[in-house]
Amino acid sequence: MPTFLGKDLIGLEHLSAEQILAILDTAETFKEISERPIKKVPVLRGKTIVNLFFEPSTRTRISFEFAEKRLSADTVNVAATGSSVAKGETLVDTARNLEAMRIDMVVIRHSASGAARFLAERIPSNVVNAGDGRHEHPTQALLDLLTIRDHRGRIDGLKVCIVGDVLHSRVARSNIWGLLRLGAEVAVCGPATLMPAAVETLGVRFFRRIEEAIEWADVLNVLRLQLERMQAGYVPSLREYNRFFGVSNDRLAAASDDILVLHPGPMNRGVEIDSDVADGPHSVILDQVTNGVAVRMAVLYLLAGGAPEAAEAAKGGGR
Amino acid sequence: MTRPLLIRGGRVIDPSRGFDDAADVLLVGGRVEAVGTALGAPDGADTLDAAGKVVCPGLVDVHVHLREPGGERKETIATGSLAAAAGGFTTICAMPNTDPPIDDPAAVGFVSAAGARAGHARVFPLGAVSVGLAGERLAPVGEMVEAGAVGITDDGHPVYDAGLMRLALEYGRSFDIPVASHCEVRSLSRGGSMNEGVVSTRLGLTGMPNAAEDVMIARDLFLAELTGGRVHIQHVTTKRGTELIRDAKARGVTVTAEGTPHHFSLTDEAVEGYQTHAKVNPPLRSEQDRRAVLAAVADGTLDCIATDHAPHHYDEKEQAFDDAPFGLIGLETALGVSLSRLVVDQHLSLPDLIHRMSTGPARAFGLNAGTLALGAPADVTVIDTAASWTVDARTFRSRSRNTPFDGWTLTGRAVATIVGGAVVHAMDGAE
Repeated sequence: MPTFLGKDLIGLEHLSAEQILAILDTAETFKEISERPIKKVPVLRGKTIVNLFFEPSTRTRISFEFAEKRLSADTVNVAATGSSVAKGETLVDTARNLEAMRIDMVVIRHSASGAARFLAERIPSNVVNAGDGRHEHPTQALLDLLTIRDHRGRIDGLKVCIVGDVLHSRVARSNIWGLLRLGAEVAVCGPATLMPAAVETLGVRFFRRIEEAIEWADVLNVLRLQLERMQAGYVPSLREYNRFFGVSNDRLAAASDDILVLHPGPMNRGVEIDSDVADGPHSVILDQVTNGVAVRMAVLYLLAGGAPEAAEAAKGGGR
Repeated sequence: MTRPLLIRGGRVIDPSRGFDDAADVLLVGGRVEAVGTALGAPDGADTLDAAGKVVCPGLVDVHVHLREPGGERKETIATGSLAAAAGGFTTICAMPNTDPPIDDPAAVGFVSAAGARAGHARVFPLGAVSVGLAGERLAPVGEMVEAGAVGITDDGHPVYDAGLMRLALEYGRSFDIPVASHCEVRSLSRGGSMNEGVVSTRLGLTGMPNAAEDVMIARDLFLAELTGGRVHIQHVTTKRGTELIRDAKARGVTVTAEGTPHHFSLTDEAVEGYQTHAKVNPPLRSEQDRRAVLAAVADGTLDCIATDHAPHHYDEKEQAFDDAPFGLIGLETALGVSLSRLVVDQHLSLPDLIHRMSTGPARAFGLNAGTLALGAPADVTVIDTAASWTVDARTFRSRSRNTPFDGWTLTGRAVATIVGGAVVHAMDGAE
């Protein structure tokens, strides 16, 4: 069934500004459910959702699971380890088995770029991409957008810099598409070894020095430096990374007073971000986590056929 | 013994002799007996009406993966050579990266014998450069040549050790064989699944930069210059690579090289949507590179068009992009794609195209093929250059279907393929 978002949410690259804003608006509506004593509404009652995680993830999986449960969906979690995948079953076989079980939605996390789309093209269920390789992580970007909008009242015209390992980051790509679509100026900053070959063709500026990025930006979205990048030689050492690209209070002194600092977590304190920044007045990192559940509720609701304008009514009782 | 065959009334193009005229071709006893006008058919001869068609030396593909031994569910020597015949090829060179690899005379003999037994096309094996394709010590090159190998290569396992490559080029001189080289510095392309560029950035796939190819092309050209050996650069895909080879040829380095139909007709945009049939190594590159490869085929910098026919079973390609194997098949589409993209689009004359697909590759590997000279093997391809047809992979003779050209409408195809005077492939109405 075609919905407002289409059948699936694979990424933000091909969503319109209207669709992105509708997700954010719907998420605003759903936020309140999480404040209730009984955090459950019947929006997805009778729907079955499989959370198919081929890659370890704690916070994204839990966030989706909370979103699903708060909407009264029946959920099953499948982790790659311990499943038939570990026995050599291919993704297409997994897809066929899911199809045979007549499930309604699949939330998929996979280490290969394009895996979510691959699945979506082969099963009739709605597919939500919870991160595919280094391609996209749309719900993470949506919660980042919602958090920025909550704090600054708008996205349009803001200067947002994504700092760190853009090369391997699905979060960065989704953020770039979403921010550009909503009218933000976007930059990236980090060592050139951790930037894609043609990063500027994505429509972003590239700052080689963190000091320039901080001076320019209204918002910093600081990415996690995965430790295996250091072992693979992309950066010489964690110490050096922190020294040249870490976001510290000293460096933030040059920033505008109301600069926002985001981080998709989990953080390496003292590497890409210092503790006094992570816990400081500019940080909105915990708001991101809260918003994650609301955004995922909104996506699931819209993919299930809900209309953006009917979200308030759909919440029903449960208070 | 095959009966004599008179091919009547075609436009005969034989680039080996600069011949291009209306003529008959008479094949007797597996040899070219005569090329001329109004030839009479000997008693008991078959005739093939080639009016309106092009008659040329059988096409030669110096880069084919037949997967046997070890990968028979993808292709066998019989099915691969049948696909070759259907595509107009009378001679194919089989790559040695099978399982087990072709790295000793017995294995070379096995491939030759299986090719002869199937009888669809001439199958010439290449032997490995190194034992087990391990890149450590030379395989028994002389013995393999004695057993029928026409060259050596470690193909998809590039010879990293420059010293070993030097030895291969030097030792190969004793037997006058080329060393074919898949030029890829793996430490630059590691983890990559497509070309490094705008598309890989957007799709979030790891890119393989042009430099990974260029650096090793440069190395091999220097080593060929040093040793005087014959190096054959496989599937050139980069603008810089074509320039390096052009410069080396001008300096007199003994180098031949090949371009593939997919690299001069597709760019990395074919990967959009994570299309695994467009996942190939070396990868489809930028439009600038595509044009450079096309120009290099046109000016002869690339002597050969080769397919790098790389069959894979459908379920191997039916995976997430990173998990799918590299490679696509080309034997049954190469002529149509090349005619459409090079001749119809006016980058290359028809005689020059036939040169690149027959005489050029035969010369590069020293094969007794690629010519209609009197006494030459009676290997002939009859081409309908005007035939418009739509690629339907389901009809392929190959055991695999992994082509990015499925559904393409092409101009030109082989309507008859003749090996040793025997018709091994004929489209309806060709006889």
